[in-house]
This record gives sequence, C-alpha cells and structure tokens, in this order.
Amino acid sequence: MATIIKHYRSWGRFPKSTPKQVIPVQWRSELPDFNAIEGTVLPFGYGRTYGDVCLNNGGTLLDTTFLNRMLAFDEENGIVCVEAGVSLEDIVSFIVPRGWFLPVTPGTKYVSVAGAIANDVHGKNHHSAGTFGCFVTRFELVRSSGERLICSPDENTELFKATIGGLGLTGLITWAEFRLKPIPSRLIDVERIRFENLGEFYEIDDESVEDYEYTVSWVDAMATGEHLARGVYMRGRHFDPPLPSNGHLSLPEVRVPFDLPSVLLNKFTLKAMSSGFYGLNFRKESRSIEHINPYFYPLDSIKDWNKGYGTRGFLQYQFCVPDKDRKAVREISKTIANSGEGVFLTVFKRFGDLESPGMLSFPRPGITYALDFPNTPTLENLLSRLDDMVLEAGGRLYPAKDARMSARHFQAFYPNWQEFARYVDPKFSSSFWRRVTGETAC
Amino acid sequence: MLKMMIVGATSAIAQETARCFAADGASFFLVARSQEKLETLKNDLIVRGANDVYCFALDLNEFERHRELVDAAIQAMNGLDSVIIAHGTLTDQRRAEEDFEYALQELNTNAISVILLLTIISNHFEEQRKGSIAVISSVAGDRGRGSNYIYGTAKAAVSTYLQGLRNRMAKAGVNVLTVKPGFVDTPMTADVKKNFLFASPEKVGKDIYEAMKNKRDILYTPWFWMGIMMMIRNIPERIFKRLNM
Repeated sequence: MATIIKHYRSWGRFPKSTPKQVIPVQWRSELPDFNAIEGTVLPFGYGRTYGDVCLNNGGTLLDTTFLNRMLAFDEENGIVCVEAGVSLEDIVSFIVPRGWFLPVTPGTKYVSVAGAIANDVHGKNHHSAGTFGCFVTRFELVRSSGERLICSPDENTELFKATIGGLGLTGLITWAEFRLKPIPSRLIDVERIRFENLGEFYEIDDESVEDYEYTVSWVDAMATGEHLARGVYMRGRHFDPPLPSNGHLSLPEVRVPFDLPSVLLNKFTLKAMSSGFYGLNFRKESRSIEHINPYFYPLDSIKDWNKGYGTRGFLQYQFCVPDKDRKAVREISKTIANSGEGVFLTVFKRFGDLESPGMLSFPRPGITYALDFPNTPTLENLLSRLDDMVLEAGGRLYPAKDARMSARHFQAFYPNWQEFARYVDPKFSSSFWRRVTGETAC
Repeated sequence: MLKMMIVGATSAIAQETARCFAADGASFFLVARSQEKLETLKNDLIVRGANDVYCFALDLNEFERHRELVDAAIQAMNGLDSVIIAHGTLTDQRRAEEDFEYALQELNTNAISVILLLTIISNHFEEQRKGSIAVISSVAGDRGRGSNYIYGTAKAAVSTYLQGLRNRMAKAGVNVLTVKPGFVDTPMTADVKKNFLFASPEKVGKDIYEAMKNKRDILYTPWFWMGIMMMIRNIPERIFKRLNM
C-alpha cells in the first residue's frame, strides 16, 4: 500500500459527517473506558460502507484498524481466528497460498473482518453459500458495561444473531473466528455470456445456479425497450486441476489521485461507460481462466476509485426483491432505464435461500440489484419512487449501501427492527441508526 | 533462519517490519514493557510463518538489565543475527520545557537507552563479524525545530551515534541502518490531523524490511522525505529561526 490518508468518511463520501473524536483501539487489553466517553460511540474500520452506517456524526469513532493481528490458524481444518481490524486482504494473501479461501467475499478485500460481520456481507456465491455470517463460529463482543462476551451459535446466541448484520451497534467486536473453504488452485474458470434482455438473463440464470458456484451479471441499466436490462452474465467456479503455482500474480496498481471534476460525469459519458461494459463483451460467449484477485476484486486494483465520482460523491442503491413472478424486477428495471438518470456499474444477481443467523441480515431469496448513481439534484425523485416499488414488491434496501432511506421505509423493510433494537448497546449509535429510528440525540 | 531481536516490538512500525520477516520464517526475540501485548504479537507472528518467538518484558530505561537482555536473546535463539530498535515516545515539547524530570526521562528513553543497548550488541556483532542493526530514528533529528526539539535532540543523538557506529562496524562486516520515517499513521500520532504526507505503518515496515535485506545505510521512508529534509536542512539559520515549525 502506498501512502494513505485517513478521513473517517464513508466510501460514497456522502453524507458529509464529522466525528467529535476518534479513539484508536490498538490492544484488546487496553480498551477505552466507555463510560468516560461523552455521547455515543461506533466502531470504524476501513470505511467501505457507502452511506452513513459507519458514521457517527458528532459522536465518537473507535478506529479498530490497529487491532490487526492474527490469533490462530488451523491449517488442517481451515479455521482462522483474527482480531477485529484484520482486513480480508491480509487474510486472503495469507491463506490462498495455503490452499484456502474466504467462504464468502464482498467485491473488495479492503474491509475488516468485524465490518464483514457487522454488515453480514455477501458475494457472488450467495446462491450456493449464503452470507459471511453463516461461516462465523464465534467472536468476542465487548459491551459498554465492560462485559466481555463470547458469542457463538451456542453461547449468547441472541447477541450472536443480533451482531451479525448488526451494523456495529451491539458492542465492540474485538476478535472473530470463522471457517474458510478449501480451493484446488488460485484460479477461477469464468464464462461470460451476453444476454439481450431480462428474459435471456433468466434463461441463463436458471441453467447456471445449480452448477456454478459464482454467478453475477453486469447490466446496462440505461438500455430501454427490447434491450431492457441487457448485460453480461458471468459464471465461475474454482479451476481444477491446479496449474503449477509460481508465486503471486499481481497487477500494477492504478490509483485515482485526485477528484475528477464532476462535469466529466454526465448522462452521455455514463451511457457510454454503461453500454461499454456490454459492448466489451463483443462475442456472445467467452471463457477464461482468471486469478482470484482480478476476478473477485476488479476494482481493488484502482485505489480510491470512488474519487472518480468527484467531490459531490455518489450513491449506491442496492435492494433485493422476491421474483416469483418476475414482474417487479421488470417494472423496476423499466423505471430506472426511463428515468434519464445516469447510472454506472450496475450489478445484478440472484440470492439463494440459505438463511443467515443475522437478525438484521439483508439478503432474501430473489434478485438483488446494485446501482451506482452520481449524486445529482434530481436523483432523489427516482430513488424515492424505487423505495416504494421495492417495498410493494416485498423487498428491502441494503443498509451498508444506504445514505437516504426514510425511517418509515427501513421499518417496513426490516419489520423485526424493534426486536433487534433490544440488543443495541445503549452507548452505541450511528448516523444511520438515528436516521432510520427517528432518534435525534447523539 | 534469521534470528532477530526486536526492541520496542509493540510499536506499529516494528510490528509491520516483523511480519515481513515472519513470512520468511525468521525467529524472534521480542522486547517491550507489556508481557500481555508481547503474547499477542507472538501469536500473530507464528500464524504468519515465524519459526520461533520468545518474549521478554522490560522497560529499556532499566539500563542495568541491558546485558541480561542481550544474553537472554542469544541463549533463547542460540545466536543473534539481526536487531531492530524501535522503542520510543513522542515527547510533549511544552512539558519538557517546564519539567526537568520529564525531559531527562524522554532523553533517556529516546537516546541514552538506545545508545547503551547498542554498545553491548555492537561488541557482540563485531566479535562474531556479522550482523545487522536497524534503528528507528526520525526526520525530526535532521534539524531542531521549536515545536519538538527535545525529541529531535534525542533522535539527532541516535543518528549521529549510528553514523559513527556504521563507520566502525563496516570493518567487521556488520550493517547499520538508520531509519528516518516521516509522519506515520500510528496510534502514537492519533491526535495529529492527517494529511497527504502521512504513510501507513505497513508501507514503512515494508520499506525497512527491504532496506535491511539490501544492506542500506540510511532510509528515509516514504522516500520523498529525503527531498523534504534536504530542503529543510538547507534553509539558512537566520531565516529558519523566524519560521514557525
């Protein structure tokens, strides 16, 4: 890693927020005295959630990135135990040469293990593996009372469930243990198939979910009419038999060094980029063998890519909807395409029905849609329409990506939020939590 | 395999450097004040590939125990090839101007303890005619500044001592590396507002690892501090004394 700048901002750089103070947590034996801190606290890792889930405007942030030690690795059974601030990158670079991989990985390695638990992250294998939380065997949770609790499926079960997907609100995770999965090689066998519209997507998806561990699609969300939701379907599995390993494959690092002027991002450039992804795949079908890193983390090779959206930041909008009749997905796709809003990098994926232990966990069986919108003045019109459509279809939004859903919508998306609230530590809060529960005090 | 002693092992920079050597399968003798923290580091290094890790809890200002420390390291690892000295405190300049005891303690921690410990280690290395020494000094020692000259004085003493030691040790085939980090984003600088000059401990740790392997003499890390300090050193004193730095 090159020089870093710490901002204590979220990845979407919206909303702007200023903590009153930041307390670094470096040692598990030297935790801050919660009762001596005025106001509320919230753990903060690498700031990769997009909206305000990781922000505590006016309150205290506990920087956990110095809690970055490995505690144990059972190479035989593939179980790793690490401190809360260890990044998935650190774990991946260490376990892959030893024949193991993350059981579930989000699209970036630059997240902490505790953050992966707190947001119960998912990946391209949700349909076959579930969420990250499904593989967590235990962790230590420190409450503001000073109590240190070991939480697992058998011990402090309720807090275990509340903390997985619990958005950092149930206390401070200091270490966590989780299961890995064995891999035959560092390579992924990937097939890319172009689809002309939503109907074709479903055809390919139906024949792929059984046999392919990883599936995801890039969609040209700005295409309309008979090309509605055209895109590229990508399905993959670990390549076996292994090729002879010859050390690390690494890509040169590209970095966006400064904020691009927002004027570069307009409807036309976005349309070109959006359809460009579609057009890049000029053949109908192609197959390639790819290294784990570019396959799972394509954007990690461009450091600070979020700055490409300029100082106004951007909003990512991710929801999932049940798709028994496929009508909701079609209607929502239409609304987006016809809205005239620019959209870049749209990801489309089927969620499976494996249930997470997490009380507030986001994924539900159906289709998930993740869109990146530059933050324009008219965007809110579209998004509030989408909120209602998602709600009506029985879907929900993903808190980790959210910066704006209303309290009313959140409470309807997550009808068990009050049950969850019973496990929230009285000293812990976030900008997000205050927003969606209608609390104003900090 | 490399047998390495790390003094001030709990420092964020030392920890990152140690991880690089752990991946190569080195053995470690870790020294810091807290046994509990040392145990945490031990686990981390073992998971990351270290061969053996021994811990020794000691406050380096107990000068009379330095020899015991070095003997224990040699005995535990059955030899000693390499030493990293990374302990130190960031001095509160205002307090040091008022409080004589505090100033003395800071100079002891940041300069005298380093020099005394190296006296024992360098004699051992000279005798065995091999070895490698790396010491974390600071760009703050390159020129005295009103805002932190007690800390700067200690680091300047260490840097000068290392120049002389390098000159002497070169004849015995022992490498001496002076590390001068710029601003590093560690808990030690948690209260300082971060800007683009700040580097991660990971980056600095890696730089030190590579400089040690390449038997470098002086390392500014990140590299651009060499240019910055060259400019700062060359500002004429009659101008410099008027600046607020």
